[in-house]
Amino acid sequence: MNRRALLLAPLGVALLAGGGFWEMLAGMRKGTFNPRGVPSPLIGKRIPAFSLPGFSDTDLVTGKPLLVNFFASWCVPCVEEHPVLMDLKEQNIPVWGIAYKDKPAATDMFIARHGDPYFRLARDEPGRVAIDWGTTGVPETFLVDGQGIIRWHFALPLTPETVDEELMPLWRKVA
Amino acid sequence: MIPELGHFALALAVAIAVGQAALPLWGAYRRDARLIAAAPALAIGQFIALATAFGCLIWSSVTDDFSVRNIAENSHSLKPLLYKITGVWGDHEGSILLWCFILAICGAAVATFGRNLPSSLRARVIGVLGATACGFELFALLASNPFLRLWPPPIDGRDMNPLLQDPGLAFHPPILYIGYVGFAVPFAFAVAALLEGRIDAAWGRWVRPWTLGAWCCLTGGIALGSWWSYYILGWGGFWFWDPVENASLLPWLTGTALLHSAIVVEKREALKTWTVLLAIGTFSLSLSGTFLVRSGILNSVHSFANDPTRGVFILGLLALVIGGSLLLFAFRAPVLASSGLFAPISREGALVLNNILLCSIAAVVITGTMYPLFADLLFGQKISVGAPFFNATVLPLAVPVFGAMSIGPVLSWKRAALGPALIRLWWAALAALAVGLIASLRARALPALCFGASAWMIFGALAELVERIRLFRVPFRGSIARLAGLPRATYGAMLAHAGLGVTIAGIAGMSLAADTISLVKPGDAVQLAGYEFRLLDLRDGLGSNYTSRIADVRVSRDGREIATLSPSRRTFTTQTMTTTEAAIHTNGIRDLYVVLGDERDGAAVLRLHDNTFAPWIWFGALIMAAGGGLSLLDRRLRIGAPVRASRVLAAAE
Repeated sequence: MNRRALLLAPLGVALLAGGGFWEMLAGMRKGTFNPRGVPSPLIGKRIPAFSLPGFSDTDLVTGKPLLVNFFASWCVPCVEEHPVLMDLKEQNIPVWGIAYKDKPAATDMFIARHGDPYFRLARDEPGRVAIDWGTTGVPETFLVDGQGIIRWHFALPLTPETVDEELMPLWRKVA
Repeated sequence: MIPELGHFALALAVAIAVGQAALPLWGAYRRDARLIAAAPALAIGQFIALATAFGCLIWSSVTDDFSVRNIAENSHSLKPLLYKITGVWGDHEGSILLWCFILAICGAAVATFGRNLPSSLRARVIGVLGATACGFELFALLASNPFLRLWPPPIDGRDMNPLLQDPGLAFHPPILYIGYVGFAVPFAFAVAALLEGRIDAAWGRWVRPWTLGAWCCLTGGIALGSWWSYYILGWGGFWFWDPVENASLLPWLTGTALLHSAIVVEKREALKTWTVLLAIGTFSLSLSGTFLVRSGILNSVHSFANDPTRGVFILGLLALVIGGSLLLFAFRAPVLASSGLFAPISREGALVLNNILLCSIAAVVITGTMYPLFADLLFGQKISVGAPFFNATVLPLAVPVFGAMSIGPVLSWKRAALGPALIRLWWAALAALAVGLIASLRARALPALCFGASAWMIFGALAELVERIRLFRVPFRGSIARLAGLPRATYGAMLAHAGLGVTIAGIAGMSLAADTISLVKPGDAVQLAGYEFRLLDLRDGLGSNYTSRIADVRVSRDGREIATLSPSRRTFTTQTMTTTEAAIHTNGIRDLYVVLGDERDGAAVLRLHDNTFAPWIWFGALIMAAGGGLSLLDRRLRIGAPVRASRVLAAAE
């Protein structure tokens, strides 16, 4: 190999790596690249078919994006997450709630005590629908776009930081 | 007032850095003696400005000035004084300021101790350091300013991450940063040499002490970090191949290679281009490590205060520093002609082998660390690369390094014969074989091999000493005279090589470790590896900013009490976070390690470890760093010594 080319090689490698990092940072800002996230196999797929007391999968395809939040009255992190959901409601972001393995009376008590952040509410008492959605527990939140495609899955309680840094950039993109 | 003073000092430092970058470099290019002479004063001015800024930040932290955002977010009035001081560099803004401060110390050190450098070389080195400092100080000032005020000030601060409130971690960042940033000096020397278009033996002699100093601190910093994760994270492990750990290991590997190739430049005037590239590469890896940790790109337990916007700024800086220097390298490196020729079997040959192997290990570690990120970016695949990959790829490369480490130093320069060198090491080889065989009775094959390798390194270093003083071959008195006459650098190298042997023995020993988890009621006992651990009591304790739950565990062997250990769990009230404080009893050869887990129905979960040879891991790293320090004290490397000696001679005449 030509000596000059050999001496240029380190620069080339550094430039390639730098370009890659640039792309990653740009992706992180747009929310398309998340090195931390554990991917949900459902992202980019259509929501699973279901029919629950409250609403069914066809109701979720509204032409506009929305959030689907799995919660339960017996779950302590859900209480922690609750104010964030109330904030989202104030920002006119519709959150569709699905109560997971919860007695209807208990769910109603929970909402009466803490306030109702939900646009509409469905009840998944046997917890089967949650399995189809691939949740591992509660609370978990999904972003579903206007065509019923799942865009984002967050398997922890929402925090204001997550909303600002992860959810809102995506929301602006799909809205 | 004080924070504003610090803010002003930081801005002043940027202004001085611009001058420090521009004037000496321009002066050296135009051969303007006045501009060249301005370099040291600018470097010292830079140091004073940053020392003021740093001092102001510490002052604000110690006096609990919560109107400073950075302190409100990371401090608390109840935090112990030590952590108020060390907490200054516990967060992103403060650590960047520390980074800049250390860079300024390096510049001032070159200005002060570099009096015997040719003035244009010194001006260029200081100029390059100034240009680097300028970028990072701008970053501190514009994108992560630690002096920004907060209005209205909160009544009390949000407190620091409790995991960081630990003496081991308090001093980990400064030592590690001195290591990282210290490599800026060899980098500046390399860039200055490219600008000058000349590298000679003297260049190698000037670069070595700086490299050595940075290397010692990096070794110490890595060891301290690993020790911290050993005793505070409470998993009983010491190295997790975590991306942030790898980011510190990479400059260490290439820095070690640089240390050895600089010897070849000094003694034989060969490998010049390669050494310059290594110097640039080592600092580039240090910088990239800082960048990757801060940008949030790397997924790690260690990352803090990460933010993609800051990442873009740092990436731009890296592009300038690394890209610029590599571009310069591509165009100017052909000027650096090497003159020394040597045979493959020679001291130089061994050092080249060392370089090839160390850089291969570095390449493997880079690949393992970066591959998941790039696979995610390019192919959208989520994969994780963990310990099995690193263990399987690093070890086959490390074993030849261990093998060559004892042989290299006994080879002669230029041309050597392998046979006689090996004959001189016969008893070290025999001892290594014996240790390996004994170890294979209890350990699996790989650890046994490592035990053998570590014995080879330790006895090899000893054999080199015996060889050099011609023990048993010349009269004993002659040997003693030779012992006293050996240069400190030789002792330092032997010590460092033996130190690595000790560390490797410690790592291999971890494979013999035994552990158990059990639910124990007060008064009950658990047996592990011949020791009896009896839970005496569970009690509550109170610290200055935490409450703790403490277990008292009496350890005994054959009815003889050895120690009472008190592992605890601390709950920090402000941040509602719990940390585990493992209790460790060490006798220098094995660690008995107890962690307190959850409690249920009056019983507590205790995790017990018996870690044979574990303390040797850090003990060996200390020996390595001490070896580096001893080399640094060598007369030949003592900066300024030749000048003083020649002045004394001139005065005598």
